Amino acid sequence: MAPVAIAARALLLLAAVGPAAALWPQPQLQRSPPAPARCPLPPARFRFAHAAGSAVGPGCAVLDEAFQRYWALIFAAARPAENKQPWRTSCTELLISVATPGCNGFPNLDSKESYKLNISRDSMLLYADAVWGALRGLETFSQLVGRDENGMYYINETEIVDFPRFPHRGLLLDTSRHYLPLKAILETLDVMAYNKLNVFHWHIVDDPSFPYESFTFPELSRQGAFNAMSHVYTASDVQTVIEYARLRGIRVIAEFDTPGHTLSWGPGAPGLLTPCYLGKDPSGTYGPINPIFNTTYQFVTSLFQEISSVFPDYFIHLGGDEVDFTCWKSNPDILVFMKKMGFGEDYTKLESYYIQRLLDIVSSLGKGYMVWQEVFDNGVKVRPDTIIHVWKNKPPYAEEMANVTKAGYRALLSAPWYLNRISYGQDWMAAYQVEPLKFNGSTKQKDLVIGGEACMWGEYVDVTNLTPRLWPRAGAVAERLWSNATVRNLQDAYVRLADFRCELLRRGVQAEPLFIGYCDHEFGGF
Amino acid sequence: MGRAMGVAGLLAGLLLVPAVLLGAGFGRGEPPPDPQPAPSEWGTGSDAVPEDSLWPLPQSLRTSRLRLQLAPERFQVVHGAGSSAGPACGLLQDAFRRYYEYVFGRSGWRKPHRASPSARGELSQLQVVIASPEPGCDGFPHLASNEAYHLTVTEPVAILKADEVWGALRGLETFSQLVHEDDYGSDAMAFNKFNVLHWHIVDDQSFPYQSISFPELSNKGAYSYNHVYTPTDVRLVIEYARLRGIRVIPEFDTPGHTQSWGKGQKDLLTPCYSGEQPSGSFGPVNPILNSTYDFMATLFKEISSVFPDAYIHLGGDEVSFNCWKSNPEVKDFMKKQGFGIDYAKLESYYVQKILDIVSSYNKGYMVWQEVFDNNAELKPDTVVEVWMANNYAHELSRVTRAGFTAILAAPWYLDYISYGQDWTKYYRVEPLNFPGSEKQKRLLIGGEACLWGEYVDATNLTPRLWPRASAVGERLWSSRNVTNLEDAYKRLSNHRCRMLSRGIAAEPLFVGYCPHEARWQ
Repeated sequence: MAPVAIAARALLLLAAVGPAAALWPQPQLQRSPPAPARCPLPPARFRFAHAAGSAVGPGCAVLDEAFQRYWALIFAAARPAENKQPWRTSCTELLISVATPGCNGFPNLDSKESYKLNISRDSMLLYADAVWGALRGLETFSQLVGRDENGMYYINETEIVDFPRFPHRGLLLDTSRHYLPLKAILETLDVMAYNKLNVFHWHIVDDPSFPYESFTFPELSRQGAFNAMSHVYTASDVQTVIEYARLRGIRVIAEFDTPGHTLSWGPGAPGLLTPCYLGKDPSGTYGPINPIFNTTYQFVTSLFQEISSVFPDYFIHLGGDEVDFTCWKSNPDILVFMKKMGFGEDYTKLESYYIQRLLDIVSSLGKGYMVWQEVFDNGVKVRPDTIIHVWKNKPPYAEEMANVTKAGYRALLSAPWYLNRISYGQDWMAAYQVEPLKFNGSTKQKDLVIGGEACMWGEYVDVTNLTPRLWPRAGAVAERLWSNATVRNLQDAYVRLADFRCELLRRGVQAEPLFIGYCDHEFGGF
Repeated sequence: MGRAMGVAGLLAGLLLVPAVLLGAGFGRGEPPPDPQPAPSEWGTGSDAVPEDSLWPLPQSLRTSRLRLQLAPERFQVVHGAGSSAGPACGLLQDAFRRYYEYVFGRSGWRKPHRASPSARGELSQLQVVIASPEPGCDGFPHLASNEAYHLTVTEPVAILKADEVWGALRGLETFSQLVHEDDYGSDAMAFNKFNVLHWHIVDDQSFPYQSISFPELSNKGAYSYNHVYTPTDVRLVIEYARLRGIRVIPEFDTPGHTQSWGKGQKDLLTPCYSGEQPSGSFGPVNPILNSTYDFMATLFKEISSVFPDAYIHLGGDEVSFNCWKSNPEVKDFMKKQGFGIDYAKLESYYVQKILDIVSSYNKGYMVWQEVFDNNAELKPDTVVEVWMANNYAHELSRVTRAGFTAILAAPWYLDYISYGQDWTKYYRVEPLNFPGSEKQKRLLIGGEACLWGEYVDATNLTPRLWPRASAVGERLWSSRNVTNLEDAYKRLSNHRCRMLSRGIAAEPLFVGYCPHEARWQ
């Protein structure tokens, strides 16, 4: 009855979490002696501390809070009795040394995330160029700590030199198709940090609902949210997300997708959307944003002014995907406008006209932008520093990556990483086996690939199934974007990822199993 | 209505639409004659609000637009006059309290409230009347239990009539679904009127059942000491299920799927050979040793007493013959028995002996379809479970033509996930759509949704199960002609929001929202 017998028995059945040291994602370089010395960590006495000469000292919120978090993550299950064990050990302190100052800023595309970890019997040292790298190193350190059968915490002698392969390692959440409570977003940010992901792409509004509470246009969420009271993100919610992310070295890039995917904007912004016609009369339905009125651009300017100030990241995602021309074609005013502008029958020209004006507005606000690939495909003139987000599988995404970079634009890959598209079995493997740079192009072109994003679109996902659907599957993408291109052995990845998901469970994350097996700490239960 | 709208909003929503409902199990149960309400009062079900979320849809339903109010401090569920069950019926007392809590919320916002302007009267009581002189309060539900009920809601008293307590449980669930803004909960199976938990408790990978007779089975065969079901756990499951009118049928699958048994029971499994030497690996249960049958006799004696249901599932699927073929002693035995090289005969020999053992404990048995396909001799009352997706209609036809009772699982393997609204696929299945006589059709007694565990554990079980299994729940409860997908979508969306509000993390069908998202967060 259970078809497993046929399917996957060939694959190793990994059982329990062994002793520590299965790292995820795999560091760039790790050296351990053949028989590494094991150093006990005493929970009561252990502390994180700033090394002498570090450019960053006490009072740096990013590190102070990280110290607290990681102490709790490492020693969560420590009981007081064990704390008193008189272990003779020198491993009582991890010293953190940061080369460049800066604790109050936001991480950005150029932030340094590299770090070095030296663990020996004599000392434990973490070096980083910037606090963001120190955060990554603390995560690795926490994964290095194991616990033996007597409940003793320990760490093995080792040396790690690590840095990300790509600077943009993102995760997209869609809060329009289903509303995700704030807590679900914050928990996702925690798990992103465990996976060394560093960009939260917040697809905050779309056709079905407008949960973003705008202070410039409060009617947008009042009329466009599923529920204006309970299914919205207030200004303080948004601030919470941004600061929570910052403390974990994660950027928040908001997407306000136009001119399509805007049906929920309509009720709160009369006159914004294009009225569709049925013959000579308006049909009562609406299409994309109406690109022919000046009022549209006034609205867009005010809204993006607000967005630019609310979201500190340099980049805003402007969407621009899947614009359906049917409604524009039905509208007599638009037909007149097309003629006046000399666009003929080519509605991509009208789309370009809108997007061009939008890009100008956003540029004038001092922001950079990301757009979905259609904007590039339709030949819209964009600034040279625009990031083109590749999401389509037809034509093959490798072709698109080649085209985008050939034109000199930076590219971001998501096409093979639509994690909302579930299937039976171990589909993390397909995500893992992707090689982002496998396309025809020069080295210079390859350098234009800044990374990728795992996408969790919300048609079938809400808070009930988000976490197990994301983790550990998004972990596969995280390793592909962080680790060396040569790290792609599936068996090895299986063992480490199964181990890592047990670690996630231990940390209270509802991460689903890869396959048959168990973890010492199962989720929930009585 | 959002929680933020406060108490008044919630209270205004606490309305009940007077209704007449008849429910019955899958193809059985005689509904009592229905009373005739005044014709002008009754409209169609579709334009009133609460029945938009009834799931599974009752066999027959008539509603009025009249609304009645329920006041938490006055409303009571009580035993009605003439009922054969009274306050001594613990099962119903528990259920009354449980459903009161679903309807009004466990913490109970017992604050003053306003009367709803649209409510004409108040419903002060639900009287539950059990007709049969044997209400079944202390018994276990079984295959022949009567789950039919008849619910009449009129001012000021609603009456729920059922032959046995099992029907009353189903009627209470329906009553709770008629009330707006209901709250809380625990057991999603009962919310969907499922009545059998098929507990596939052990398999190759682990043996979590803690046996009293053979404690080494779980000591050695479970993943760890933390990963076992103790006798207390098992009793808890059985009693929890009983109180909700749910049978628990355990499956101890043999002779295949038993790798984990070998660790705690020496010589039980067949040693596989590589050439002339044992390879160190093991195959199915060794069918040629007397000790095997002594072991099985003792184990199944225990199982028969631990699990009260009249049926035990004996598995019998996917037996690989490779190991048997490699073993020289098995080969000798084949020769001695005159089986030639037909290993299906050896399998039958084993299965036969197990069936005899289980029969001797007065238990009936269920088996996977291979046991029938391989022509093992079966008792006439054996229940054959059809699981192979390939042409299951044909298999149902064969099984029932041979006179056996059948259960359908093949189209309902919920562990096979795919992108999109796959619940419609499960919903569209018509179990009786197979070639066969009326008599054959009557031999199909229902079906099971299966959620195999390769990719499922406590982290993703609930959202993967609900509301997808609800589609199967309605197919097995409701009338055959309840097949409209649009209507089902609407009701099932509401039903999943109701499950959410009862604390079950049921996943969404599609884009949208529930008034109360995920309260356990």
